[in-house]
Amino acid sequence: MDRKRFQGTDTFIATEDLRIAVNAAVALERPLLIKGEPGTGKTVLAHEIARALEAPLIAWHIKSTTKAQHGLYEYDAVARLRDSQLGDARIHDIRNYILKGKLWHAFESAARPVLLIDEIDKADIEFPNDLLLELDKMEFHVYETGEMVRARLRPVIVITSNNEKELPDAFLRRCFFHYISFPDRETMARIVDVHFPGIQKRLVREALTLFYEVREVPGLKKRPSTSELLDWLKLLLVEGIPPEALRASDRRSLIPPLHGALLKNEQDVQLFERLAFINRREER
Amino acid sequence: MFANFFFELRAHKVPVSLREYLTLIEAMDQDLAGGSVEDFYYLARAALVKDERNLDKFDRVFGQVFKGLSGAHAEGGDALAASIPEEWLRKIAERVLTEDEKALVKSLGGFERLMETLRKRLAEQQGRHQGGGKWIGTAGTSPYGAYGYNPEGVRIGQDENRHHRAIKVWDKRGFKNLDDQVEIGVRNIKLALRRLRRFAREGAAAELDLPDTIRATARRGWLDVRLVPERHNAVKVLLFLDIGGSMDPHVRVMAELFSAARSEFKHLEYFYFHNFLYERVWRDNHRRHAETIPTTEVLRTFPADYRVLVVGDAAMSPYEITHPGGSVEHWNQEPGVVWMQRLLDVYPRAVWLNPVPPAWWETTASVGMVRRIMGGRMYPTTLEGLDRAMRELAR
Repeated sequence: MDRKRFQGTDTFIATEDLRIAVNAAVALERPLLIKGEPGTGKTVLAHEIARALEAPLIAWHIKSTTKAQHGLYEYDAVARLRDSQLGDARIHDIRNYILKGKLWHAFESAARPVLLIDEIDKADIEFPNDLLLELDKMEFHVYETGEMVRARLRPVIVITSNNEKELPDAFLRRCFFHYISFPDRETMARIVDVHFPGIQKRLVREALTLFYEVREVPGLKKRPSTSELLDWLKLLLVEGIPPEALRASDRRSLIPPLHGALLKNEQDVQLFERLAFINRREER
Repeated sequence: MFANFFFELRAHKVPVSLREYLTLIEAMDQDLAGGSVEDFYYLARAALVKDERNLDKFDRVFGQVFKGLSGAHAEGGDALAASIPEEWLRKIAERVLTEDEKALVKSLGGFERLMETLRKRLAEQQGRHQGGGKWIGTAGTSPYGAYGYNPEGVRIGQDENRHHRAIKVWDKRGFKNLDDQVEIGVRNIKLALRRLRRFAREGAAAELDLPDTIRATARRGWLDVRLVPERHNAVKVLLFLDIGGSMDPHVRVMAELFSAARSEFKHLEYFYFHNFLYERVWRDNHRRHAETIPTTEVLRTFPADYRVLVVGDAAMSPYEITHPGGSVEHWNQEPGVVWMQRLLDVYPRAVWLNPVPPAWWETTASVGMVRRIMGGRMYPTTLEGLDRAMRELAR
């Protein structure tokens, strides 16, 4: 497995700094913390790393109610109580009531897996702290059975955060960190290219111009990002919108065609309608 | 190997510890950087920086250490102190003043000179003076006096603020104590502030914990009742309110905010300051000249889990932030930026609320400076701004 390096894949454009961060995290067996604007491909990255390394992906999606313990294992005491009243033979082995969590699965995986801990900031503030030892030593203790679970191969751990909560320092110290900055035009053109091979160059050019213009509009509540652009392009292709329509030459429509894919709330659409007058590219 | 770099980072308040440093060394040892400077930069960044807010600081230090660029190293807001105020003042001066006046202002030199000259003029001058361009009086272009327009003006004896841009106000003024009884119209604000509430379990166990009871009962085989402490709001807040000076027009807005804030938190300590934070603050505005509290005492008394809200318009002369002696009310030994930095070092969860609409922020240079000191955490006192501020504080 070992000297397989992550270079981006045929469906994912990785910038140089991202490649280095990923490879460093893989080589040194440290978790990689990924932050960035929503829709810049944080979660997708884990999938792509798994693909590039030909490793199984284990995804653990965090919710506000998720506890660190859920990732290790859960002991279903209620089921055991019920079974004991029914006289079920299963109750004599407590292991029947231990449900393995994602971390346990990752630790006992035969091939070195990629473990995605998605949106860690959604959980309680203590959540990362509760995982410190487990991520560091890659082992944990099962209290009920006295068993020690150790990772056979240290998984590649990718953690994403949307920055809703500050993560504790002790946790950060153990991670590599990468902030996915918003792609510039050139990178974006390459990203579009891997997603829609053979797309009309002119359409892409017009769409990107319009897209970056929309992003520049001051006061947008939710600026469209890469995933919105890709959705929008897909729509444009499906609807067969010609590149000309994206130009402001179409004076009747002030907002971009199929704007629903780009602008996600009605205040933004209103704002855009107001600003479209000013924003139209008169000089062309 | 990169010890110098490491210490430079720490000196510039990028929080790196030995652990990150060793990680970097380990990565270098495994030859992950591939030998090019860019690759090393990316690797060092991934290993050492853990928060995007520190990326810029990291870049600056990296540039300094590895390209041999020398930067002015002043305490606190380094680059800030070095270039902005004079540049900015000069620009204003060019726009507003005629050639003669420009020459005059230039002839007075910088800030230190300004104070020096003032002292001299005060000694020279005998009576009241109005107009003209030299003596301390009113409506002139001399930098000293009131009702005139000079970008570096020192205001003496003027009641209302005209241009929000005096460097010194030497007159003592009656400040209004902010009323915390206003209740009408503050409901929105209350709702926003409510976001700050963090429930924590503290004190005696008094509530039934149903899941834990079930778990314990199943485990033991008999009914085992488990209790947990009651949840209550555990948020503690230090409120710093700018009072007087350029804040006079905003006092009403602030009174409402203040009233809302008082009833919302478990612990709320409030302090007043004028224009910017220096070595002393006060709690009672009527008695502010008699009873002040050293800022260091505030920093010592309240633990770091307090959240800090600073309310002020941040409109002031840049000198008030960057220079010793820049305060409008007294001679401050250390510049305001140093005090602000101390506050932020103790209380990392801090925001600045600015009652002036954001559209106007750009027009006053000091607002930009304060925003930079606060790491961009300045929000307008609109409902949405409050909401964002509270979200930042609640992180």
